[in-house]
Formats: sequence, structure tokens, C-alpha cells
Amino acid sequence: MIEHRPGLTLFCHATLLFAVATLVFPVWITLVASTHTANEMRQVPIPLWLGTHMFENYYTVLTKGVEGASTAPVARMLLNSLIMALSISIGKIVISIVSAFAIVYFRFPLKMFFFWMIFVTLMLPVEVRIFPTYKVVADLHMIDTYAGLTLPLIASATATFFFRQFFLTVPDELMEASRVDGAGPLRFFWDVVVPLSRTNMAALFVILFIYGWNQYLWPLLVTTQENMYTAVIGIKRMMPGGEQAVDWNLVMSAAMLTMLPPALVVILMQKWFVKGLIEQEK
Amino acid sequence: MATVSIRNVKKSFGETEVVHGISMEITDGEFVVMVGPSGCGKSTLLRMVAGLESITSGEIAIDGKVVNNLEPKDRDIAMVFQNYALYPHMSVHDNMAYGLKIRGLSKAEIDTRVNRAADILELSKLLKRRPRELSGGQRQRVAMGRAIVREPKVFLFDEPLSNLDAKLRVQMREELQALHKRLATTTLYVTHDQVEAMTLAHRMLVMSIGKTEQIGAPLEVYTKPATTFVAGFIGSPPMNLIPGRLQADGSSLAADGDTRLKLPQAYPQLGGRSVLLGVRPEHMEICAEGQALLVPEVDFIELLGSDSLVYGHVGKDKASPRVAARLHASVKPQDGHLPLRFDAENLHLFDPDTGKRIEA
Repeated sequence: MIEHRPGLTLFCHATLLFAVATLVFPVWITLVASTHTANEMRQVPIPLWLGTHMFENYYTVLTKGVEGASTAPVARMLLNSLIMALSISIGKIVISIVSAFAIVYFRFPLKMFFFWMIFVTLMLPVEVRIFPTYKVVADLHMIDTYAGLTLPLIASATATFFFRQFFLTVPDELMEASRVDGAGPLRFFWDVVVPLSRTNMAALFVILFIYGWNQYLWPLLVTTQENMYTAVIGIKRMMPGGEQAVDWNLVMSAAMLTMLPPALVVILMQKWFVKGLIEQEK
Repeated sequence: MATVSIRNVKKSFGETEVVHGISMEITDGEFVVMVGPSGCGKSTLLRMVAGLESITSGEIAIDGKVVNNLEPKDRDIAMVFQNYALYPHMSVHDNMAYGLKIRGLSKAEIDTRVNRAADILELSKLLKRRPRELSGGQRQRVAMGRAIVREPKVFLFDEPLSNLDAKLRVQMREELQALHKRLATTTLYVTHDQVEAMTLAHRMLVMSIGKTEQIGAPLEVYTKPATTFVAGFIGSPPMNLIPGRLQADGSSLAADGDTRLKLPQAYPQLGGRSVLLGVRPEHMEICAEGQALLVPEVDFIELLGSDSLVYGHVGKDKASPRVAARLHASVKPQDGHLPLRFDAENLHLFDPDTGKRIEA
């Protein structure tokens, strides 16, 4: 539909600008807050333009953390988050692509049973099975370890289905051609299936990295030591309850730093991400 | 170089038997085309030779060695698929080299073979391209190249030309022929296209619903079709088949629909027998009223330029047996009737119950 009515154009742009402002304003406030001193941020009204203390704020949170709050330096928490997000996304991709390969290309006893077992896990997200999972992780002495932080989140039906659907669109003849060429199943997996799945893997990586990075409930339960906190729960811990005043400038600096990696992943992998979701190289 | 023996091979999917026992001995260097309508089991048979389908019963031997339980890679065959099945993420060179790489050939040897195949197929300039940057005909050639570099005992082609347009198909047909002449590798080729079958085959295996209808050289299949199925399948438009009963002296046929057809030659030994009388449309000739063996009433005419196809029926009412004749374009039927004759050598008789040819 193509219409040329100035009023409509104006209205559309106004709506869009309003929506953008709604989204961007909190981020802007966060950025502004991270560039002032704690005292400046306690004034009413709070400043709406950038201050001059940006570098010292960021330096403080990265190396020392927030005075009085029970957290490690943000650099340490960012590292924890990074390890968690990478382990979850890479772990999920590896496990899913292998299980999808088994389900699509092999005949084995109880295949449908296993297929449905994977399917059923879709109905049981982390939040639903959180207590039994916690019990298992605790009994295995994995509290405050990276394994405890990531393993329960790795098993994934969604990614398995994503790969399964993709494999079903790969023509059978490719598998047959490689059999005639003399490739065994693993060779076919490495030489044909994995390269063909590259864009899909990239798309999944973006989604899963953000999913892993933004985990809140599970890290909250499974970490007890400050140096194992992830950035997302660390920010919450930086706001001490009770009488103590909040150092908003430092909290917001930490928030900015925490927002950065997922944004970077999206920006850097955008091309692949879009390709993986819409286009299939066949 | 190898022979292929197919001995009473059957294939069932669950309860359904789709190939009901096919046997054929293929000699070294022979080009055999398996032809039949879709669903006749020809592709299944080829895939059993390739090792992509298991063999329910019977035996397939390549070069005297039974291969029933061998993996495709151990059968020393190469296959060209209908949709080419090129690896989309590999260059033309890598597509052709892949099988050799797996077999552990040296890089120098691989390059020699790939370059030689690329030369034969005129792909030398395209070796760095990806399959999606190629036209249909070029992809087809790469698929053939992938088969050639392996230097297998047997080539298997599964409807390789059916995804190409008509012009390219003719060109690739010629190239296939030239290639076979050059390499003289035993070849099994599946198609539903009778022109491909006629032009490429040394011998053809005509199949219908999982059975062998006829095995023979293309001309033999055309001139002496073993069954009514072959008579109808090979040749376009299909052979006219007129049901009726031979008179006691075998000199004429009482066709269904109360019409009497004179025959160019008497068949006294078959007198009184029910038959299907077969004549190909292209063997019908227009003639003077007095010499006519049949005078069909014309229903409609298709003008093809060089020829015209005349469709009619031989009886009085429209339900009587239909006939088609391929006549020169200049022929104009007179007031709806067309006196036609044909030679005795072009007349075929079939048993109406079994569909088998009656040798008279």
C-alpha cells in the first residue's frame, strides 16, 4: 500500500519517534548516571546530560566494585557472565546438533521414545524444575562452580528442534551422494552437515548468548560466593537495602557494562543472524 | 569395467512388494537404460544396485562378486542423482575431489584426475565456483564429473536429465553418448523418457509396476514389442490397439463395434482367435478407397507442422475402437472419412488376456 498523505506520514513518524524515545530514554538515563558523581545523582531533578566522571566511575566498578555492597569487582562478574553465556550457548549448540543429527539420520531402537523425551523437556523450563535441579547440583558439589552454573541450562529441546527442522530440509540425496563417495556418518557430519549449518549455528549462538547472559534466577540460587556472581545478579547486589544510600553512578556504570556484550554480539553477528533465520544455502 | 548381474531381485517396503523379481545380465561396457512410467520400480532397482536400498531377495553381482551386503562405497560404483546432489558449500573442484580425498589418494593424483574430468566436461574454467553459481547444465556436468573422477566399475544415472529444459536435454544426451563412447564404462541409466531410452541405450529394460516387460535393443523393442504395455509405452502417439476376433480363415478381423477390418496378410493358423491388433500411427498410409484396410471416421486432427496426427474411430458409433494415424501435413481427409492401409510387417498381434505378443 502506497499512500502520500502528509498527515499520515507525520502521524507515523511521531508514533515511531515516541516508541524509540520510550525505549532509548532509560538507556540514556543509565548512561548519564554513569558519568556523574554519587552526590550529583542524589539531586532533584537528576541531571539529564552527560557529566565528567565517566572514566573514574567505570574504573572504580571494574576494579573495586561498589563500596559497602557485597560484590566482587565488575570485571570479575563480567568474566563470570561471559564464561556462563559462552558455555551455555556453545554447549547447547554442540549437544543439539549432535542429537538432531542422530534423530534425523539414524534408525535406532526407541528413536521415537527419545524424540519425545527431548520434546517433553520443552514443557519443563528451568524455573519449573528449579528445586530438584538445585538438589542434584548441590549433591554433586557443583555449587559455586562454572559447571553448576551452566550444565543444567545446556540441555535444550528448542535448539534440537531448530536443527532437526533444518536437517529435514537438506535433500536426502546429499547423504546418499556422500555414502556413494565413501563418507561414513561422522565424515558426512563434519564435511557436509556442519558446514551447511554454519549460518543456523550463528543465529542460534546470538539467541543463546543473550539467553545465557541474562540468566538471573539460576545464578542467584547456585552462587554463594562473591567471586562467582554474574554481572546480572551483581547489579542487584550493588543496591544495599536499608538506610544506606545507593551509589547510582556506580550501579549504572555496572549496568552499562553489562548491557554491552549482548549488544556487541548482536551487532557483530547481525549479518549471520539474519542469514541463518531466513536463508538456507542449498 | 565390469559386468552387472541382476538375479531375480525383489524389493518390499513393509508388506508391499514393489519390485517383483527382475533378472538381467549386463555385459562389460554396455549402456542399459531402465525405462518405465513413474512408480514402476526402476529407480528402486537402480538404488538397489547402488546399495542405497537393501535387497529383499535375489542377488546383485558386480563383476561376478555378490554385493548384496556391501556398502555403496565398497561396490565401486558412481551415481548421478536427479537433482545432482552437489555439496552446496564446496567448490566444483572439491565436489569432484571429495570421493577421492576420502579414498586417500594423493593430492597430485586427485588434481590430475579432476583436471582431466574437467577437460572432458569443459568445466576447467569453473573449478573454483560454488554449485549455486552454475547453470543447470553445468551442475549436471559437475555431477557427471564427480562420477567420472572415481573411475568406477559402473555408472548409475537416476533420471539425470529430467531437471533440464528441452534444448539442454538434447545437448546433454549427445554429451552422454560421447562420454560413454570415450570411457566405455558399464552404465545403468534410469529414465521415464522414451526418447532418452531409445537414443542412449544399447539395450533397454522396459518395466511396469515392478515387472520386466521386455529386455532388448531399442529397435527391437520398437519393432517387436513383447507386450501391449511396451507397444503403448514406446512410440508417440502410442500404438493403435484394436480388439477383435480373427475370422476363421484369418484374413480379416471382426473388430468390436461391428466393423470388419481386412488384414494385409492372412493368418490361417490363428483363425477364430481373439486378438488385439496393433499398428503404429506412423505406419498408417493414406490410400485409394479400394485398397483401404480400414476407413476410420475422423474425430479431430492435430497439426504438427511437418505431420498431422489424425484421430478417429473405426466403427459406426463413437464408442468403437479409436485409431490414430501420423500422416503427411498435406493429407486432407475426404468428407470425414480416411481410407488407410499398412504393411503386413508393421502389424502386431497381441493376446488380449495376457497382453503378450503373438508371433505369427
